[in-house]
Amino acid sequence: MAATKTSKEQKYDRQLRLWGDHGQETLENAHVCLINAIATGTEILKNLVLPGIGAFTIVDGNTVSGEDVGNNFFLSSDSIGKNRAQAATELLQELNSDVSGNFVEESPDKLLDDNPEFFHRFTIVIGVQLPESTCLRLGSVLWHASVPFLVCKTYGFIGYMRLVVQEHTVIESHPDNALEDLRLDQPFAEFKSHIQSYDLDSMDKKDHSHTPWIIIVAKYLEKWLSEHNCQPPKNYKEKEAFRQFIREGILKNENGIPEDEENFEEAIKNVNTALNPTKIPSAVEDLFNNEQCNNITSQTPSFWVMLRAVKEFVHNEGNGSLPLRGTIPDMIADSQKFINLQNVYRKKAIQDVAGVSKHVESLLQSVGKPPESISENDIKLFCKNASFLRVVRCRSLAEEYSVDSVNKDEITSCMDSPDSEMVFYLMLRAVDRFYQRHSRYPGVYQVEEDISRLKLCVNSLLQEYSLNVNIKDDYIHEFCRYGAAEPHTVAAFLGGSAAQEAVKLISHQFVPFNNTFIYNAMSQTSATLHL
Amino acid sequence: MADAEEPEKKRRRIEDLTEKMAVDGGHKDGGCDWDGRWNHVRKFLERPGPFTHPDFEPSTESLQFLLETCKILVIGAGGLGCELLKNLALFGFRLIHVVDMDIIDLSNLNRQFLFRPKDVGRAKADVAADFINRRIPGCKVVPHFKKIQDFDESFYRQFHIIVCGLDSIIARRWMNGMLISLLSYEDGVLDPSSIIPLIDGGTEGFKGNARVILPGMTACIDCTLELYPPQINFPMCTIASMPRLPEHCIEYVRILQWPKEKPFGDTSLDGDSPEHIQWVFERAQERAAEFNITGVTYRLTQGEPVNKETIPAVASTNAVIAAACATEVFKIATSAYIPLNNYLVFNDVDGLYTYTFEAERKENCSACSQVPQDLQFPPSAKLQEVLEYLTENASLQMKSPAITTTLEGKNKTLYLQSVKSIEERTRPNLCKTLKELGLSDGQELAVADVTTPQTVLFKLNFTA
Repeated sequence: MAATKTSKEQKYDRQLRLWGDHGQETLENAHVCLINAIATGTEILKNLVLPGIGAFTIVDGNTVSGEDVGNNFFLSSDSIGKNRAQAATELLQELNSDVSGNFVEESPDKLLDDNPEFFHRFTIVIGVQLPESTCLRLGSVLWHASVPFLVCKTYGFIGYMRLVVQEHTVIESHPDNALEDLRLDQPFAEFKSHIQSYDLDSMDKKDHSHTPWIIIVAKYLEKWLSEHNCQPPKNYKEKEAFRQFIREGILKNENGIPEDEENFEEAIKNVNTALNPTKIPSAVEDLFNNEQCNNITSQTPSFWVMLRAVKEFVHNEGNGSLPLRGTIPDMIADSQKFINLQNVYRKKAIQDVAGVSKHVESLLQSVGKPPESISENDIKLFCKNASFLRVVRCRSLAEEYSVDSVNKDEITSCMDSPDSEMVFYLMLRAVDRFYQRHSRYPGVYQVEEDISRLKLCVNSLLQEYSLNVNIKDDYIHEFCRYGAAEPHTVAAFLGGSAAQEAVKLISHQFVPFNNTFIYNAMSQTSATLHL
Repeated sequence: MADAEEPEKKRRRIEDLTEKMAVDGGHKDGGCDWDGRWNHVRKFLERPGPFTHPDFEPSTESLQFLLETCKILVIGAGGLGCELLKNLALFGFRLIHVVDMDIIDLSNLNRQFLFRPKDVGRAKADVAADFINRRIPGCKVVPHFKKIQDFDESFYRQFHIIVCGLDSIIARRWMNGMLISLLSYEDGVLDPSSIIPLIDGGTEGFKGNARVILPGMTACIDCTLELYPPQINFPMCTIASMPRLPEHCIEYVRILQWPKEKPFGDTSLDGDSPEHIQWVFERAQERAAEFNITGVTYRLTQGEPVNKETIPAVASTNAVIAAACATEVFKIATSAYIPLNNYLVFNDVDGLYTYTFEAERKENCSACSQVPQDLQFPPSAKLQEVLEYLTENASLQMKSPAITTTLEGKNKTLYLQSVKSIEERTRPNLCKTLKELGLSDGQELAVADVTTPQTVLFKLNFTA
């Protein structure tokens, strides 16, 4: 093990603790496309360049204006009049020499006209402040090329993000409060025989006080089952009785006073979660029922092949359970007892991985692919995370915008609450409509006259989608007042949010949002909407 | 907000303002501005709106206030600090001071974007100020390569708003205490002009929070101290004789083996020294092998104990939280909108989640309630027990409290840890009972600690 770490490892140390070396590798192989180098865009890119993405390309046909420089850290006043993509690339590039920066002095519309395949090369495309028509056109190209598309917009004190990805699989979702996989309700053979090796009644005090709580609960559960017709404690009353049962097992000194046995206290504290029945999470069951899981072809991505293999395992050697995770939490115990117990779980987990691997092999064989197509390490990681697998599917922009498939229910039910952020989504749609009609955004020069024009757009929007909702005049006034301003702090908030979603999409770790995020900087609130 | 103007007058006034804005992109300052520079900001300062703060008055003077008068103090020039300086500068704040006692490390560069590899070893405050001042013409950030405790109230009093991007709860509490000490009361009524708003941000991995504190009016840092649970330490018996995890092995070497073997002479373990870490790593591996424990890695060794130096950190979370904080600074400085009331929590592990709530003031808060704190002990209790209470109680969490009192008209130090000679002299007091020490029911004890710039008053209540 090298004493000196490479300077890259040192530089990225704090983030490697979050997504590991394998996560970092996916970032370093990624090529991110940003459309429009306005503040929101450059802030997003800054938060991707700093952690070391492989490359970025900025697409922007505009020249830098004085207004642009005013709120953008990556444009300087001497770049006024120059192409915006080029100017921003220079100042973003110098943030991190590991990253390769490129620019295309072209509008996205022109690229879509002449060469839409240009966008196929990217790991992810981030479009900022795109007019509706451009957004929909690009959305369609990227949807069919299976390139994730992140649409972002800062409009006054409102931030907006929309994720468009057909199917995004996550093996390492890193849930915040994961339950342990201890199998106390259905002990496997090796665990049972390991418990047999303990006789709590004949142990000396030192051993008794340093027996892992898992063993204690298992032993007492065995006794309970034999005395209660094989029925485990189920309701509060029974669990209390079970806790008391364990408490009575605490050693007493010569005066009959219970000794200080922390391991028994741990056992009592953990009774509730320990007695949780081992169950396959419904989210995983749903995945088992997916078309991709049940119809394996040579084109099937490895996620689904492994999932199918796990499903086969569950229905065969697994006896209805997922492969064992193999880890146990730390607990009061002496080193040997703990390590021995830990090894029982570890060995069983390794066995289960081998079982799943066999299924993977035969599935790959059945579609004519070599077994090396999916590595041992990948299968191991998959099994360890079997309870936490997630798949995110977003509706396309076409679906969101079509009168036939607009999510009316979501919109109207949100609008029933007075404080819902949904009103800002509708206002952003209305503002896009204004732009389509007048080739500018409302309130850029005058507020008062544009209010009535914007109101017409709001009404036509609601009418077109048959949305029976009411939007107060205050919001129409406020959105005119904004004059399409892009205050830097709102752009920066979105910059951090969008960049992290991009990292999730690139690394396939942690779970992306689905599918619309609205940030209200006036009230410092936010919401995720499903549109 | 009252808007009793006739519609026609209002319309004409708005037209005047917007016309002025479309034509006059610059303003009258030193000539470093260009056309349109402040367009994005001005729409929020010069136009009336339905959601503004009741005190808001559209005016061209607000921008001047930001550019020429408003003084902001940024505490910390690290992950949050760099972002805060950028955000404030781009909003037009020019009179900014920044305090940071640290120098730049290579591991800072994944998020502290004002620093480059060539800056490693230099003071963060200096490099950050320099970068901002060069990139944002007109901005005059003044750096202070110092600890916050190096300044007294005369320094802090000069600022309109203070915003913190700290990585230490102790430092936050000290800052909190300092601003509370600046409050002045007349006949028990708080003088609003003595309040300096404190915006506080914190991040860890993918989680963060931002809060607005109006000292003397809203919940302060100490009011919500229970939100910061004390750090978990491994029990000594586990480390000394019963390790189970690789972390236990590392702690053994760090806490027990290093002081015994003194591998590099009389120096203490330096988390930034690769040689030190390598030594700990190798010894930890040996110990782990003894107990058949796997999993000791260099990275884990470097990370133990989990402290500020190795808390996971990324650019994105810092960007979000600093943005929220800077938005609040802007709102308070300009009344553009009603400020956050008063606590925002953010987490983007699974999707993006925010939660906004009003943290409540604690009636008997040891920092801001002005009520002497209650200490309930029997006269037979030893001073040691009082000391333990001060450090272990979740609402107090003091680090090394110094306890003094007045006995027979004279000031007496009961126990003080931070000065070696006094510690030795007063150590025997720890084993004495409160009665033996001459303390009586209702006695007032003054406690000083690194968590507060002012002493905290306690009232001793004898129990049976």
